[in-house]
Formats: sequence, C-alpha cells, structure tokens
Amino acid sequence: MVDQIDTQKFPGPPSPGGGSESVLQTNTVLQNRYRITGVLGMGGMGAVYQARDLHFPNVKRMVAVKEMLNTSTNPQIREATLRNFEREADILASLTHPSVPKIYDYFSIRDRAYLVMEYINGRDLEEIINKASDFIKVEIVYQWAIDLCDVLSYLHSHEPEPIVFRDVKPSNIMIDQHRHVRLIDFGIAKTFEIGQKGTMIGTEGYSPPEQYKGQASPQGDIYALGATLHHILTRRDPRLEPPFSFKDRPIRDYNGNVDPEFEAVIMRSLEYRPEDRYPSAMAMKSALEHVRPSPDSAPAVLGTAPIMHNSAGAVTAPVGAQAAKPSTAFFPSGGSEVIPLWTFRCEDEIRSSPAVVYGNLYVGCYDNGLYCIGANDGKFKWRYATEGGIASSPAVADGVVYFGSDDYALYAVDAQRGRILWSFHTEAPVRSSPRVALGHVFIGSDDGNLYAIRIDGGRRAWAMETGDPVRSTAYVTDDLVLFGCDSGDFYAVDLSGKLKWRYKARRGVISSPVVQENLVFFGSMDWHIYAIALDTGWNVWSYRTTKAIASSPVLDDSNVYIGSSDGYFYALDCKTGRDRWKFETEGQIATKAVVHQNAVYFGSGDGYVYSLDTKSGQLRWKFKTGGPVVSAPFVHEGVVYVCSLDHNVYALTA
Amino acid sequence: MALEPAQVTNNHTLQAPVDTLRFGHGSDVGQGRKNNQDACTAFAATYAAAQGRMSFGLFVVADGMGGHMDGEKASSLCIRVVTDHVVEAAYLPLLTGQDEAPDLMETLNEGVLASNLAVTEQMPNGGTTVTAAIIYGGKIYITQVGDSRAYLVEGRHMKALTRDHSLVQRLVELEQLTPEQAAEHPHRNILYRAIGQSEHLELDNKIMPMPFGARLLLCSDGLWMVVPEAEMMDILAATPNSQAACEKLIAAANAYGGPDNITAVLVDLPDCPDIAEPGPTTDR
Ligand SMILES: Nc1ncnc2c1ncn2[C@@H]1O[C@H](COP(=O)(O)OP(=O)(O)O)[C@@H](O)[C@H]1O
Ligand SMILES: [Mg+2]
Repeated sequence: MVDQIDTQKFPGPPSPGGGSESVLQTNTVLQNRYRITGVLGMGGMGAVYQARDLHFPNVKRMVAVKEMLNTSTNPQIREATLRNFEREADILASLTHPSVPKIYDYFSIRDRAYLVMEYINGRDLEEIINKASDFIKVEIVYQWAIDLCDVLSYLHSHEPEPIVFRDVKPSNIMIDQHRHVRLIDFGIAKTFEIGQKGTMIGTEGYSPPEQYKGQASPQGDIYALGATLHHILTRRDPRLEPPFSFKDRPIRDYNGNVDPEFEAVIMRSLEYRPEDRYPSAMAMKSALEHVRPSPDSAPAVLGTAPIMHNSAGAVTAPVGAQAAKPSTAFFPSGGSEVIPLWTFRCEDEIRSSPAVVYGNLYVGCYDNGLYCIGANDGKFKWRYATEGGIASSPAVADGVVYFGSDDYALYAVDAQRGRILWSFHTEAPVRSSPRVALGHVFIGSDDGNLYAIRIDGGRRAWAMETGDPVRSTAYVTDDLVLFGCDSGDFYAVDLSGKLKWRYKARRGVISSPVVQENLVFFGSMDWHIYAIALDTGWNVWSYRTTKAIASSPVLDDSNVYIGSSDGYFYALDCKTGRDRWKFETEGQIATKAVVHQNAVYFGSGDGYVYSLDTKSGQLRWKFKTGGPVVSAPFVHEGVVYVCSLDHNVYALTA
Repeated sequence: MALEPAQVTNNHTLQAPVDTLRFGHGSDVGQGRKNNQDACTAFAATYAAAQGRMSFGLFVVADGMGGHMDGEKASSLCIRVVTDHVVEAAYLPLLTGQDEAPDLMETLNEGVLASNLAVTEQMPNGGTTVTAAIIYGGKIYITQVGDSRAYLVEGRHMKALTRDHSLVQRLVELEQLTPEQAAEHPHRNILYRAIGQSEHLELDNKIMPMPFGARLLLCSDGLWMVVPEAEMMDILAATPNSQAACEKLIAAANAYGGPDNITAVLVDLPDCPDIAEPGPTTDR
C-alpha cells in the first residue's frame, strides 16, 4: 500500500468541518464588517472569499478574506497555532511592495482564522495558462519574470530574517487588472497544516530537490520561479512529469519563440544544486534585464497581448508606476512575546538536548525513555524505554538514533520505528553524548573509558582508559578524537585510540570541545575556557570567567560563545580570546548554545531561553520555561527546540 | 498440455531438466495495516507435444493506494485487466498459432494502459503500482509503473530490473539523497507515476534474454523496503523451493514489523530453452 501520489488526485479524508457545507454563504457578515459576496478560490485549508467592506458605506470597497481552519484538537496547540498565525500576519502587514497584496485585518472565530487583504482583480497564472489557447508572448513572460525576481529579492532581503516564500507556483501568482504580477498565498496557511497526514512539503512539480532534505532557502524560491517560467513557456505541467526533469525538456524544443538567452537563464535557476543557481533573485533579475530584447517594443506588446479574458480595456500602466497607495491598514502592531508553536510534556526532567531529523524530534528524558516526537506538531510517535535516566543527547545518523543511558548502556535504535538495533554495555552510567563519525560511535562512560564502537553491529573497536568519568562529548576530526574527563585531563587520541597529546586543566572538563582551524576550544570547572593548538597540544589562549564552566563552546566565523556558572554568556574572539561582549542572566548557564543566522540561543538556570544578536550581544527575545534549562537548544528550519527541567520540550520560532 | 503451474516432464531423458516455469507466490496484509491492498497474478502455462515444448508465463504484482477500499479495488482491477488482455492477445494466439505472432512487449503495454484507463474511470480515488513480466521464447519482457520491483536472482546475486517511480529514487538518481537517506525519508512512499493517475501514462519497458536457471522475483515495497537486500539474498540462496522462499521472505518482512502489505512472486526460470515454436507448424 502506497500512501499517496498527488494530493490533487488522492485527497485525504476531508478535515473535520472542512467539507463544502462549511463554506460561508453569500451575504454572511463577519465581524459586523465584511459581507461575503462570493468564493474566489478553494485551498487546502479553507476558502478565499470576496467580501465587501461595510465600513466604507459610500464606496464599494472589495476585499479578499482568506479562511484557515484550525483543525488541531489539542487546545494548547490550537492556541499556539493562532498566535503564530497572528505573528505571521503581523510580518505580512509590515511588507510594502507593489507585488505583495496589502493586509488589512485579521481575526478568528472559533476554529477559523481570517486574514483580510486587498482584493486583486485579476486571475491566477494557473488559470491563465490553462485557458490560454497558445503560448503567452515571450515579452510578457520576461516582464513577469523580472517582476517576480524583484519581489522575491525584496522578501529575501527582509530583516532580521529573510522571508522565504517556499511555494512559488502558478496558482500563487496573480496578474491584476493592470497586468502586474502579485504574489499571493504567503506561508501563513502552512501554520495550520500541522499534523495533516499526507500533506506535501511545498508543491510537487515546482519544489527544488533540497526541499526534500528539509531545506528552505532563497535559492529554493529561485528554482520554483524557474519551474514556473518553464511551465508558462513550454505549456508542459511539471506536476505531470517526473520530478526535477526540466533538463530533459529544453524550453526551445517546445516553444521556438523563446530566445536561447532566456532559456539559459531559466535553466540556470533550475540547477539541481542550489549553489549552481543564481546567488540571489537580484542576480537573476539582472541577468534577465541583460538578455531581454530592447524594452521599447514591450509596452505595445503588453497592450495587445491576449493574456487575460477579462482584460478588455484594462489600463496598461508603465512598469513600476504602481505606487503604493496610502495605507488603510489599521493593523495591530506586532507583539514581541514568544509563544511556543507546541510543547510536549515528558514524565520527568529533561537534561539532554533534542535532535531533529526528517521531521522527527528525538530527546532523552530522566523518566528512562527516549522519545520520538513529530517536530511540526509535537505529537508523540514512540518512546524507547531503557533501565535508567537519560542524560545523554541523542545523535542521529543514517536512520539510527544513538544515545547513552544511566543503565550503563549505549543504544542504537531505528529512528523511524523505535526498535532496538543493538546496545553496548559499559561499566557505569553513560552520560556523555555519542558522536557518530567515520563509521563509529564515540562515547564516554562514567567507567572512565572513551569507547569507539562500530556502528554496524555495535562491537567495540577500541577503548581509551582515563581513570575518571568521561562526560564530555568527543569531537572527531580527520585524524583526532578530542575529549575531556573529570580529572581535568583533556585528551587528543588518534583514530586507533593512541594518545597524541594531553592537556591538563586544573579541574574537570565536562565541556564538549569544538574545533576551528588549528584550535580546539573547551571549558573547564577551573573557570577557564581554553584554546589549544591541535597539532601540539599547547595553550594558545585562555579566558577566565568567575565560576566553573560546565557548558560547551560553540563557534561562528569569528567568535566562540560559552556560558558560565557565573551567569554570564560570553562572546570571545576566536583568535585572541578577548571578550567581544557578555550578557548577564539570573542563573547559572550549564548549556551549550547554538548559533543560527546571526543569532545565538541558549538556556539558563533562571528558566529562560535567550536569543541574542551575535554581533552586539543584544537580546532578541527570551522565553520563560517552568524550570532551569540545562540542555542546549536545537535549531532547525527556523524553529528552536529546547527542553527544560519542567519536563517540557518547547518549539519556538527562531 | 497443462494450464496450471506446469510439471510436465520429458519422458526420454532420465534426469529431467527443469524445462518449465515454476513459481511460488504469497501476499500478506502484514502487521501495520488493516487490509491488503496488494494483488498479484501468476500464470504459467506449458505446452508439450510431438512438435515441441514451450512455456509461457505472465506474472504481475500491483500495490494499491487510496482510502475506502479504493486501493484494493484498484490493484485487483489492474491485474485482472492486464492478465485478461495478455492471455487473450498473446497467449491464446501463440497457443493456437491462428494469428500472427504477437509483439509481446506491445501486448504487455496495451494491457497495462488498458488497466490505467479502467482504474482512472472506475476508481477515481484509487491508484496502484504495477510490475508485470512476460516470460516466453527465451526472453523476459517487463513493464513497470510505480515502486513495486522486479529482481533477477542468480545464485547469491540479485539485481533490480526496474526503477522506482518514486520521488526519493529520483532524488537519489540526482545525487540529492543517498540511498540510505532515501530508505528513511518520510516521503519515501510518494510516487510520481502510477496507474489511475492520469490518462496519459508512460511505461518503463525492458526486454532481456532469459538467463537460464535464474529466478525472477516480483515484489511490493512491503518486502523490499523492509527486508535488507542481503537478507533477501540469504533467504533466496538457502531456499531452492520457490513457494517456501516466498513464505520465508514474507515472514522476514513480518519479523521487521510488517509495516506494509507484503507480496512476492518468485519464478524459477527454465534451465534450458524451449524445443520449438509451438502452434500448428504444418497446415497453415
Ligand atoms: N487577494 C486575492 N484577491 C483575489 N483572489 C485571490 C486573492 N487571494 C487568493 N485569491 C484566489 O484564491 C485562490 C487560492 O488562494 P491561496 O491564497 O493560494 O490559497 P491556498 O493557500 O488555499 O492555496 C488563488 O489561486 C486565487 O485565485
Ligand atoms: Mg495557493
């Protein structure tokens, strides 16, 4: 039994209340203000209505009202979904670009959320393609392509985070009565799709290959734009072709009107590897402008082109003349409070970090279980029970989850189904986290050994005996395994387990090292953070905080970040060890941080999860959990996953 | 002549070679699903007479999809249409010699395309994969839609003869996923081509000379996606009886939890070629 092929052809069971009987009747009035006058489109999560805004009794002001069903049955998730919707609506409302429809209002009624936006008098490109009896004029497609690059470039350069549209395709592009391109259907609806079985990521046919590795980036929008242009010009619907097969269908084989230069630009945007495409929508726009035939012929063509059926007499405005109208938005300005996308409660404290792979979140808990939770919806999938508490953070590689337990064992469990593949027993609790590299799992045990265990079968390759508990997670380079131990010794051993050098800190090293170029960084209970030369084992610099360091450093291009029990979070220059900034929290910092796109995230004993700007150390946001946060967050696709001693896993928008 | 799994042997040799097609088959709901949406047909016919001896085989595996029983209806409709067409347009003409010798690849394609129209019309919410093979005259003809598979098994070796029409397989071909990542990918069940999806359907075809004495395995993803290939090879190598081998393969998939329906058809190819073309040879 195969789950599905294509959502269009094999729809899942209708969502609760989502049947056609629940479509709003004409003349229904929402919020005492918007009278429904018709249905503009039916989408995955509800309908898009045309409505009249009754606040303007003397003029006939039309709006589009997009309805989204909040189908989750869990009140907490519903609430979070709604908050998220509002947050996204706020972001949308702040956009000003001629190709982005204006957002006027939003509200929710029971299980539905509504977004009120500018009504676009026009047709979506899907309909235009389907209804056109012949190829659309190349000059017109040039103009659309350039305008779409322009709006994508605007979104991609949004601060503080680029906005990735994720779903560029003909049905999400409208051509208005001025024949201008308008991008509709921002990801806002996706907030509501959590947990829907069988929902596609993006849209088959137009999505880039990397989207199936869970990556969404501006380069993905460029690919989808290329796919859309390819469809327009060839009239071959990519959803009916093998995925990613544009290269097998050169545009000029189908449409001789297209010049080779235009074809080349589109084909480059369709490269499989994101780095082979245009580096930015702006670069693609320049390329298009460069190869477009002399623009003076374009307006005439635009004026006569039969692209729309209701276009008779439409005004042809010069390109770019569509000045932003004075805003009529009375939109509530965005609150900066962070509300979790979801939370998941385990039965005991969570002292380890989660890992997210292919939509699953894995986390170990002191209730002895390793949990697998849906990363999108926080729904329980399975739990693997060990005999002891789990303080070790899981590592996931090639479909296998590895983690240690206080029951002395290291486990390898099938990531999909939670079935055990093998376990390896040491002589004491395993509290360090596994590192998977070079076909082995490297893990320390309180029995004083660092073990190298073969991933196929779980047999031991070697063990390095230190005599004191090894709780630091090993770092593996091409030729070295690096880790600390409770005695304060920091070891570099080669791949066969032979000692290369040893550095002695004055107190225990439970901090897990990281490497950049020729330096390895780690913290020690002796209050210092050390930078040691990889080849010699000599100290290059050290920096003294005012209490013990149990947390681990992280790096970006120039800084090393680490928290200390003194409550401060430090950003130090990698090369010199000089502090760039520090940030004070109310509790001890025992967690490693994560760096993601100019922001650093970490938790503190004061119960907060913090997000700071990496350059300035300024607070971006903080989020209060119900207990100390002693494990590192995990950031994936714009979501911060973090655990707290309050037993909860939280999913927060980065 | 016999129309059943044929066991006709040649009288005048002492040690009879395996000169006919033999097969085993099995289909199991597994443990993760409530109903079995897989379907298969195995049709092996032997003709042995003074003029000569010939074997004809048609083997089809289909894996249905779609709720409300649509999946099982689609797969069963598909295999019945394919079998009906092939028997009528290929087997019977070959047997009687009344018409021109049929083009077997074309006949198989016609059968599959007819099944596509039938499923599209009658089961608008269902669909199915289909992997179909004709064995005749020293050749194997295979056509394929979806992600059921055909394998050629020779001794300890096993080689897929088909290419999955799945999203992840395509990503693997483009080197965007490793086979290991594909095997664990949450969207590994998504097909880009299947029976009942659209009226226009492209088929993957393959014609190959028959490796005598080898085996042909057709199976649904409930087997190949679940049981590691090495383990399948071990079972096949250790189990000469094809019915027993099918049962062991299905048991192995169930030992891994049987997350999906499991179907296997295993064909022992003859050791030696047919003796002569069948059909009336003189009075035409
Ligand atoms: N602002 C608008 N003005 C006019 N029509 C619209 C507007 N927004 C959407 N539509 C119509 O509704 C259809 C579905 O809208 P979309 O936002 O893409 O919903 P979905 O998320 O369901 O795909 C669009 O293809 C378009 O035809
Ligand atoms: Mg849409």
